[in-house]
Amino acid sequence: MARRETPEINAGSMADIAFLLLIFFLVTTTMNVDSGISKKLSEKPPADYVPPVIKERNIFEVNINRNNELLVEGERMDVKEIKDAAVKFIDNGGGEGKLVDGVSTGPCDYCKGEKSSTSSDHPNKAIISVQSDRGTEYGTYIIVQNELLRAYTELRNALCKERYGMSYIELENLYKDDKNNLELKKKVEDIKTAYPQIISDAEPTSAN
Amino acid sequence: MSKFKKRKKGIPAVNTAALPDIVFMLLFFFMVTTTMRETSLQIEAPSLPSATEVKKLEHKSLVSTIYIGKAKDTKYGVGYNKIQLNDKIASADQVPAFIINARTKVAENEIPFMTTSIKADKQSSVGTIIDIRLKLRDVNALKVSYSTNTGTDIK
Repeated sequence: MARRETPEINAGSMADIAFLLLIFFLVTTTMNVDSGISKKLSEKPPADYVPPVIKERNIFEVNINRNNELLVEGERMDVKEIKDAAVKFIDNGGGEGKLVDGVSTGPCDYCKGEKSSTSSDHPNKAIISVQSDRGTEYGTYIIVQNELLRAYTELRNALCKERYGMSYIELENLYKDDKNNLELKKKVEDIKTAYPQIISDAEPTSAN
Repeated sequence: MSKFKKRKKGIPAVNTAALPDIVFMLLFFFMVTTTMRETSLQIEAPSLPSATEVKKLEHKSLVSTIYIGKAKDTKYGVGYNKIQLNDKIASADQVPAFIINARTKVAENEIPFMTTSIKADKQSSVGTIIDIRLKLRDVNALKVSYSTNTGTDIK
């Protein structure tokens, strides 16, 4: 009998090992998509700029102090309540809307609020002003911003459901997939103008 | 002899010896092309706040990121209000230069779409953010995104 040669090492499972590695890397690699609360800053006002006079009732004042406590319209409030308070304020609709090209937009006919004479006139006049201290924690600031945005989202969703039978988020996603659709664009604009997001940041307290 | 004759030869198996090579090539390709974060963090990785109303940042080339948090090296001092631009710890005064530098890298018509992403630690103070915001306004970089995780922080 002839001497047997050393058998070849079976490399059949090598592919399996390599595949396992490949899949492991594929799965664990996270493409971290950066997401966040987007804001548009106001432009720098000219030196001689006189701020317009805004009625007290159209301003929703939120103060955050250096101990991260909230003062909303002069009352202490918990973060959880701020969204509902903001919804109530924006959706009040107690008066005439702002002037667009010299023509009044008239009273808010889609508002579900109380139409109280001490709260905002119209969603397009309602301004939310957030004033924080320089020492306020950033986390708290973001929570408050987020809650205020949630208030707007809630209102927009409700109106959009009523008018177009879907939530605003769904509508926006549809529009995102089909940017050239003018009909969708009109709908998105319509909801946006019905509840414009007007959140302003007031000068912070304490210079230190 | 009969022992050898009995062995029937079926269809020979497909030779898969080269398969590992192919797969390894794929693996190496992915490993080489995957780019890691370009800037190394000089501050401790900020623990971002969480929010629900988030928007995704598209067009990575149009995003410039500012980090705010605690410096890794204590020579910069302690506290959560250190600003990192590019690879260095900087102050708010250097933000306009940073933005203008970022602008030179994109086409003229895309400048209005540039976004500044602020990655700040939860424990940073609003004052720092406001300083940066004022500087951004000075150079007309008006689109800002406060980077957050998705979720909620409210207990």
